Amino acid sequence: MNPFTLTRAASAEAAVRDFSSHDSPAYIGGGTNILDLMKENVAHPTHLIGLNKLPLNAIETTADGGLRLGATATNADTAWHPEVKQRYPLLNQAILAGASPQLRNMATNAGNLMQRTRCYYFYDTATPCNKREPGSGCAAIGGYNRIHAILGASEHCIATHPSDMCVALAALEAVVHVQGKDGARQIKFEDFHRLPDDQPERDNTLQPGELIVALELPKQGFAKHFSYLKLRDRQSYAFALVSVAVGLELEGATIKDARLALGGVAHKPWRDKKAEQLLIGQPATEATFKQVAEAVLKDAKGQGTNDFKIELARRAIVRALKQAAAGEQQASDVFTNSNP
Amino acid sequence: MSTDSNTKYVGKAPNRVDGPLKVTGTAKYAAEFDVPDLAYGYVVSSPVAKGRIRKIHADKVLGLPGVLHVFSHENVPGLAWFDRSYKDDVAPGGSPFRPLHDDEIKFNMQPVALVVADTFELARYAASILEVEYEVEKHETDIESKRDEGYEPGRGKTGYMPPQRREDADKGLEQSAHRIRHEYIHGAQHHNPMEMFGATVHYHPDGKLTIYDKTQGVYNCQQYITKIFGLSKDEARVVNLFMGGGFGSGLRPQYELFLSVLAALELKRSVRVTLTRQQMFSFGHRPHTLQTLELGTGPDGALLGLKHYALHETSRFEDYTENVVNWSGMLYKCPNVRLSYGISPLDVYTPLDMRAPGAATGSFALEVAMDEMAYEAGLDPLEFRRRNYAEEDQNKKAPFSSKKLREAYDEGARRFGWDKRPMAPRATREGNLLVGWGVAGGVWDASMQKAAAKATITADGRLTVASAAGENGTGTYTIMAQIAAETLGLPLEAVTVRLGDTTLPEAPLQGGSWTAASVGTAVKNTCEALGEKLLKLAQKMDDSPLKDAKPEDVEFVNGLIRLRKEPQQSVVLRDVLQVSGEREIEVDSSAMPNPVNMQKYSMHSHNVVFAEVKVDEELGTVHVTRVVNVVAAGRILNQKTARSQVLGSVVWGISMALMEETVMDHRYGRYMNHNYAEYHVPTNADVRGIEVYFVEEEDPHVNPLGVKGIGEVGLLGVAAAITNAVYHATGKRVRSLPIYLDKLL
Ligand SMILES: Cc1cc2nc3c(=O)[nH]c(=O)nc-3n(C[C@H](O)[C@H](O)[C@H](O)COP(=O)(O)OP(=O)(O)OC[C@H]3O[C@@H](n4cnc5c(N)ncnc54)[C@H](O)[C@@H]3O)c2cc1C
Ligand code: SF4
Repeated sequence: MNPFTLTRAASAEAAVRDFSSHDSPAYIGGGTNILDLMKENVAHPTHLIGLNKLPLNAIETTADGGLRLGATATNADTAWHPEVKQRYPLLNQAILAGASPQLRNMATNAGNLMQRTRCYYFYDTATPCNKREPGSGCAAIGGYNRIHAILGASEHCIATHPSDMCVALAALEAVVHVQGKDGARQIKFEDFHRLPDDQPERDNTLQPGELIVALELPKQGFAKHFSYLKLRDRQSYAFALVSVAVGLELEGATIKDARLALGGVAHKPWRDKKAEQLLIGQPATEATFKQVAEAVLKDAKGQGTNDFKIELARRAIVRALKQAAAGEQQASDVFTNSNP
Repeated sequence: MSTDSNTKYVGKAPNRVDGPLKVTGTAKYAAEFDVPDLAYGYVVSSPVAKGRIRKIHADKVLGLPGVLHVFSHENVPGLAWFDRSYKDDVAPGGSPFRPLHDDEIKFNMQPVALVVADTFELARYAASILEVEYEVEKHETDIESKRDEGYEPGRGKTGYMPPQRREDADKGLEQSAHRIRHEYIHGAQHHNPMEMFGATVHYHPDGKLTIYDKTQGVYNCQQYITKIFGLSKDEARVVNLFMGGGFGSGLRPQYELFLSVLAALELKRSVRVTLTRQQMFSFGHRPHTLQTLELGTGPDGALLGLKHYALHETSRFEDYTENVVNWSGMLYKCPNVRLSYGISPLDVYTPLDMRAPGAATGSFALEVAMDEMAYEAGLDPLEFRRRNYAEEDQNKKAPFSSKKLREAYDEGARRFGWDKRPMAPRATREGNLLVGWGVAGGVWDASMQKAAAKATITADGRLTVASAAGENGTGTYTIMAQIAAETLGLPLEAVTVRLGDTTLPEAPLQGGSWTAASVGTAVKNTCEALGEKLLKLAQKMDDSPLKDAKPEDVEFVNGLIRLRKEPQQSVVLRDVLQVSGEREIEVDSSAMPNPVNMQKYSMHSHNVVFAEVKVDEELGTVHVTRVVNVVAAGRILNQKTARSQVLGSVVWGISMALMEETVMDHRYGRYMNHNYAEYHVPTNADVRGIEVYFVEEEDPHVNPLGVKGIGEVGLLGVAAAITNAVYHATGKRVRSLPIYLDKLL
């Protein structure tokens, strides 16, 4: 870890200004990811801009009936917020399926979006990694890639985005509000994270120095028929091998509206709109769900140690859809969900 | 409780005497001791598995203000010359690794330099920019590619017993009506106690050192350091008061000890070196092991033949051995047995004993094979074990000093409800979950080592007992206090126990489940000797009712010395001390195993584990919903700390069964999941109901306390019972651990 200076920004504008006036700056929210990366010599900022004093931790309903989540609100405060619990239980479940209570108490919403992959090689400077050091090669290809991508990977990088929260945000079509040097803009969630192609060092479409100020959820929260199913190597405090976020709107047994996003399978939360279309207007049956699962994984490709994820994802999609249709969220089964 | 038994502590469940220190943060661990003018060392680890260090470019780092020195093989002063100086008490055969000795890289993450600076942060930064040039050579790290190259080690480390054979295993198998043969595998595992290795070396003005090190044996570290650096014992005091878990990782001196002492002596300054979590994966581990088991029974299910072969890696420089297969010749009755064992050198660090070394590994394979055999023979797996119960040690042809495994079977089966188990797999379903029940068990040595202790009583009636034994977190302070208090009839609060310091009487390494037996007996003997002195003083008192009593005629209870036959005839212990005018009385004594009994009897602890799993077959997830572990390990000194030992064992067994594994990328010869996020051990959510029962054994032969030790036996059979339960639930037999969900898809 290198020496660094630290300032605490008082306003979003001040934070952005501070960023542009330093050589190797970085924002720090809860610090649960960036500090680890610094200790492992993966990130080397020489100036940190602390965000926790910013007036950006509110959670408020918006004029058009949505919900605005402040960038610096913690993952825990967000998950347990009454509006989130009631209207966006999918988000509540996804956040609580991630990390541990201690981490969620520190982690901020913006930090969660910006957290980096957990690829073993990315974290270990003794091995090559294009994301850490562009052009050095990808050690995960041909290596131990149990937690790596089966969809949308490139020959340069097969990493996954590790967040649970973001899978729900993708399904809920959140909008990311950011503040840059030249003003504010909004980014659709599906456009926020990106696939690795030949630039794996870029996780998302944020410009250098742009600050996330809030996440906005539209009104539709799929509070009745939803499921967040997370499969992992232990019951808590492990990243997803595969996770599935589902939101359904049913009329009788017919699906009126559907959202489906996967975590742990790609460089970004994987939302498949074409597959969603296959659900709409169809009966909520296992046969429909199987068809959809097939469609989502049509182009899936294993990397060796993670080949099993293709079949696992298929089954997880069917199970999550079934749970959502039945209105049985994962938490009702004590043995498949460890959350309080 | 009758007043008569107030000071009878042994066998009860008092709280840990060191509990308050721990929960208030006052208990100090090796890297927490405050010493003045401390410098900090940070270790630089090799990024390659094999090769040479061409050059270390230290100039840039040395130019940073506050950086004091960069130690490496390029500048380490002449130290001891011979291998034997680097051998510690439990070093396997071979040539021990010497940190910073030469330019050779023998394993990945080998320490190649120590950067010392005024602050920890500076040392860490300097270490991160230290430029080291390597010449990379081709390495080999995969034991699975060495299947046919294992050799039988000539003589292993202390305690290694070459595998034995009985009669003709092939013939036994040929005559069998039912036979099975399978291979069982588990990957490497690293100890990973919460507390990482660290040492604080206090450099005193006269050049003497007080070394606070994380270790399971202060004497072992002291002799290691004094031999290497040519110090006298008086110049190197080693202290370890508390340990945040050892599990065997602290049996051998780790390199933070060598490096911190080196730096302190060279810089003539106090130095602390702590390892990172990642560096905790740079030394000993439970080796990746391949085992083949072959069993055969007659039509009635009686075992006729058994073959067990195990192979694991060792380093290029030491022959690490553990007793993996031996247990298979002991746990069940079988006339024809062939056990064999091989090791194969790779470019890795020498493996190291990890909780129940060898037996945890061997009992997994044996007990899964026994389950397979039971199904093959059409017998209930518990009934199959009962039919093959070993009444005596068949190798030694000697009776067990005590063995209540049959009673443990009964107790466990009753508590678990085993009689309601359908024999067929896949018979019980709850929604998406298949339910399965499995059983397995194990056998472990009841050992004892030579140990010494000292007891001091002062005029105010306070007793201090001391021995250099370690406290791993297992409860040693507490059980020693119980033994001492009961022996001299004092309240527990009047006893202070001192451990973990080379200024105290010598004790063996904290391992092998022998501390309670060895140090406990030493404490008992010492307190008895002190009791005899006190009796003599009591007899000098005016009108002493004990005047003609012999030591065996009196007992120490509730602060009194009294006649066994006439308890009302007594004197108050504190009065004895006051009247005698002595300010303090001190006694040294020791304890040794009884060689005659060791010859005559086979001394072992046993256990049996029943496990219930629920498996989501579609998704492959396994939940261990219930575990009953029944342990037969002689007398239990403290019900609470003993139970905790077994609870922890079950948690570790769940870990071994379902998630724990250090994964190496053989292209780099490097463990890749070297952190707590990716090296998985159970969380609370992975652990459901655990029940622990002890079937106590009266054992006058094993040692005067009748204890067998419970630190390791509880782990045996847990992984196998879970694996067997998974089979019972799903009909799928998994033979390689951990049972990741994809193995059940
Ligand atoms: C052991 C472990 C297990 C975990 N398990 C899970 C899990 O199972 N599921 C899961 O989803 N997550 C998991 N996490 C990750 C955790 O959710 C993230 O570390 C956390 O959300 C990051 O938030 P933070 O505020 O601490 O970010 P920080 O560490 O402070 O920052 C992370 C990144 O975000 C940038 N950043 C922060 N705020 C802003 C902003 N306002 N605008 C722009 N950039 C910003 C920082 O510059 C930095 O690059 C785990 C973490 C650990 C350490
Ligand atoms: S998968 Fe991506 S992050 Fe991992 S080693 Fe390859 S390039 Fe680096």
